Amino acid sequence: MTQSELPIIDGPNCPLPITNRGQIVLGHGSGGQMTHDLVRDVFQLRLANAILDTANDAAIVTSAPPGKRLVVSTDAHIVSPLFFAGGDIGRLAVCGTVNDVAMLGADPRFLTATFILEEGFAIHELERIVDSFAQACREAGVELIAADTKVTEKGKSDKLFISTTGFGWADSKLQIGGEQAKPGDAVIISGPVGNHGIAVAEARGNLGFSSQVCSDTAPLNHMVKVLLDAGLDVHVLRDPTRGGLATTLVEIARQSQVNIELDEETIPVDQPVRKTCELLGLDPLYLANEGKMILILPADQAEEALRSMHSTRYGEEAKVIGQVLGSSRGQVWLKTPFGTTRVLEMLAGEMLPRIC
Amino acid sequence: MCLGIPGKVAKIYEQDGTPMASVDFGGVEQAVCIATTPEVALGQYVLVHAGFALNVLSDTEAEETLKILRDLQEFNARLTEEDQIQ
Amino acid sequence: MTEMPTNLRGAPLTKAIMAEIRRITTQPWNIMEICGGQTHAIMQYGLDQLLPAEITLIHGPGCPVCVTSLQAIEQGLQIASQPDVIFTTFGDMLRVPGNQADLFTARSQGADVRVVYSPLDSLKIAHTNPDKQVVFFAIGFETTAPTIASTILSAKKAGITNFSILPANVLVPPAMHAILSNPANRVQGFLAAGHVCAVMGYHEYLPIAEQYQIPIVVTGFEPVDLATGILMTIQQLEAGQHQVANAYPRFVTKEGNQVAQKMISEVFEPVDRQWRGIGAIPLSGLGLRPEYASFNALTRFELTQTPLNESPLCIAGKVLSGVAKPFDCLAFAGECTPAHPLGAPMVSSEGACAAYYRYHRTRE
Repeated sequence: MTQSELPIIDGPNCPLPITNRGQIVLGHGSGGQMTHDLVRDVFQLRLANAILDTANDAAIVTSAPPGKRLVVSTDAHIVSPLFFAGGDIGRLAVCGTVNDVAMLGADPRFLTATFILEEGFAIHELERIVDSFAQACREAGVELIAADTKVTEKGKSDKLFISTTGFGWADSKLQIGGEQAKPGDAVIISGPVGNHGIAVAEARGNLGFSSQVCSDTAPLNHMVKVLLDAGLDVHVLRDPTRGGLATTLVEIARQSQVNIELDEETIPVDQPVRKTCELLGLDPLYLANEGKMILILPADQAEEALRSMHSTRYGEEAKVIGQVLGSSRGQVWLKTPFGTTRVLEMLAGEMLPRIC
Repeated sequence: MCLGIPGKVAKIYEQDGTPMASVDFGGVEQAVCIATTPEVALGQYVLVHAGFALNVLSDTEAEETLKILRDLQEFNARLTEEDQIQ
Repeated sequence: MTEMPTNLRGAPLTKAIMAEIRRITTQPWNIMEICGGQTHAIMQYGLDQLLPAEITLIHGPGCPVCVTSLQAIEQGLQIASQPDVIFTTFGDMLRVPGNQADLFTARSQGADVRVVYSPLDSLKIAHTNPDKQVVFFAIGFETTAPTIASTILSAKKAGITNFSILPANVLVPPAMHAILSNPANRVQGFLAAGHVCAVMGYHEYLPIAEQYQIPIVVTGFEPVDLATGILMTIQQLEAGQHQVANAYPRFVTKEGNQVAQKMISEVFEPVDRQWRGIGAIPLSGLGLRPEYASFNALTRFELTQTPLNESPLCIAGKVLSGVAKPFDCLAFAGECTPAHPLGAPMVSSEGACAAYYRYHRTRE
C-alpha cells in the first residue's frame, strides 16, 4: 500500500447509535437519551398538559375541594391482542380506571400510568395506542399527570402492559357501594352485555368466526354525573367487567346480603353476541364488558334514572332487568321466559368455548 | 354431548383441497367444513358441530314442523281468546 | 327455500306441550336424557320445573368430557408435557382433573396446550408448525367422530405427518346396553341424543327398544324439542308401548348421514373402552384402524403407566349411569364445586353435577 492509497481519517469515526428505530429496544428503557426521546416523541407529544409538562419526578395536584373526598383506584391492563374491534389497550386502560373511580360516585380527574414495553414492540403500534389513550382521556375529561415506561427483554412480557391509577373527587355525603343494595331496589343495566368478551375472542382469531361485534369500551363518568346531578338516591354502581353481569351481581348480592331476582327476557344482549354465544357454547351473562354499568336504586326512582341514562351517549339502551328482594341469602335468581327459576353463580374459572 | 347449531350456507368454497362453506348464524359467520355434507347447496340450513356441517335441514320436515307450530299457535291463540271472552 | 322454524324457544308452545304431559301422566316415570347437552338445556330453561312431580329426569352419561377415562387424561397430560408438542383440545377438557393435575396445570408448567374450535384447526396448527408434533385430544361421541375422521383423512391426503390424535371417542348404544342391563337400573324411557342421531340415524336403537322393551325418542335441543321428546316418551309409557320414535325430524332420519358414517368406519373401528366412573364397556369406543395407526399419538410417544387415583368421595359413576342424583353425593357443592371439581361431571358445563350446581339449586 502506498502513501496515497491510505484512507484519509478526519477524526474519530465510531459508528453512531441508531436512534430512529421502528421498534422498542432495551436502550429505550435505559433512562438516557433514547428514553427521553421516546417519552418526548411518543408520550408528551400526545398527552401534554400543564402538570405533565413540568417533567419532574412527581406531580403536584390540588387537594379535594371542601365537602369532597379523594377516591383512588388502580388497575393493570393486559389484553391479547392489543387491538380489537371497538378499542385497544390504550382506551381500555383509561376507561377501566376512570370507570372504577366513577363507580363510587366520584368525578375522575387525574390518571397516572406505567407502560411496560417488550423489546421488539413496534413503535408505530405504541403510537396508535398512546393516541387512543389520549383520546380516551379527553373524552373522559381526565389528565395524565405522571407516567413511567420500562422495557423488558423480549419474551419477559407480552408487547405492552399498562397499569393505571385514577384519582377523583366524590361528595363526602355519598354512600355508594356494593354493600348498599336494599330490598325493594330496582336493578338497571346501562346497555347490552357481552360485546367486549366477544370482540376480544374474535380478535384472537383462533375460533374462526366473524361477528362484526365491537367492544363497548367507554368512559362512564359522564353518565354517573348525570344521575347524581339529578339528585337520585344511588345505592350501587358497578361495572360488570371480568366475570360479566352474573358474577358482578353475585358479588353485590353477597356484599349487601340480599337476594337479587333478574328477569331473563329483559336483559339486553345484541343478536350477534347471542348467536356467537350459541355457536361456541358461551353465556353472555358471564362475558366481560368494559363500558357498561349496573345501577341499583329505589324502584320508585328507576324511571327517572332510565330517562337520565337514555340522554347519555353510553346509556341509550339502559333497562331495568330485575329487583332486590328482602332475603339475606346473597343469591342471584334468574326468572326464565318459561316461568322457571335458576340460580346464577359466579364464573368458576376461565370461560371456555363449549364444543361438545 | 354435542353442541349443534343450525346456520344458513352463505358461500361454498375450497381451502387447501377441503370443501368449506361460510355459514351464517343470524349475522355471525363461521367457516365450516362440508366434507360430510357434500350435497349441500347455497341457502340451505346445516347443523354445525365442531366446525363441521353434519347434516342438512330436511325441507319437508321443517315445513311440517312449521305447519304444526302454526297450528298449535293458532290453537293457543283461540284458547286465549276464549279465555278472554269468558 | 325453507326457513328454519324460529319459535322453538317459545314459552307458550313449550308450556302447551307441558300441559299435555301433565294431562296424560297417571303414574311415576323415570326418563333418561342421554345427552349432556340436553341436560344443560333442561337446566338452563328450567324445563324440569314444568314437569309433573311424577316424572323424574335422569341425567345420562352423554358428556364426553365427563366419561373420558382418567387413563386417557393422564396420557394427555404426559404427551402435552413433552418438548416440541402442541397439544390441542376442545375447551372444556382443560379443567378435567387427572390424578393431580389438569391441562391448565400442564400449561402453567410450560406445556403448549391450545383450545381449538374444530379438529381441522388442529391440523392447521400442524401445517404451520412443521417442527412440532401436534396432537388432538379426540374426545366425543358419534357426533364428533366424523369431524375427527374427516380431519385424519385430510391429514393423510395432504401428507401431514406431524399430526396425531389421542383416541378417546365413545359410542352411545353400548352405553345404553350397559345402563339397561344394570340390575339397579331405574330408566324406563330414553330421550336419544338428537345430534348423535343426525349422524348415525336411529336404526341402531330399534333392537335396543325391542330387547329391553323400552321407548326411545330421538330428541332435539330447543325447549319445544325437549318438551316434545318427553311428551312422546310419556305417551308410549302410558300406552305400554316401546318403540323408537323421532321427535327431531328436522335433522334426523332413520339412516342418518351416510357420508359421515362411511368416514367414521373408514378411519375407526369399535374397540373396548374405559368410561370414567362407569368402567370398561365392550366395543364402546372408536380406535384407529391399522391403516391409520400412524396417526395414533399413543404409539408415537413413549408413555409411562401411572397409577390412577379417583377421589373416594366422588360418585360420578352412579350419577352418570342414572343410579344416583348429584344431590345424593356427600361432596356435592361442598368439597366438590365447579371451581374445585373432584369428578368430571362437575367440570363440564354439560356435566350433570355442574348443571345441577349452576341451575338446579333452586330457592333454598
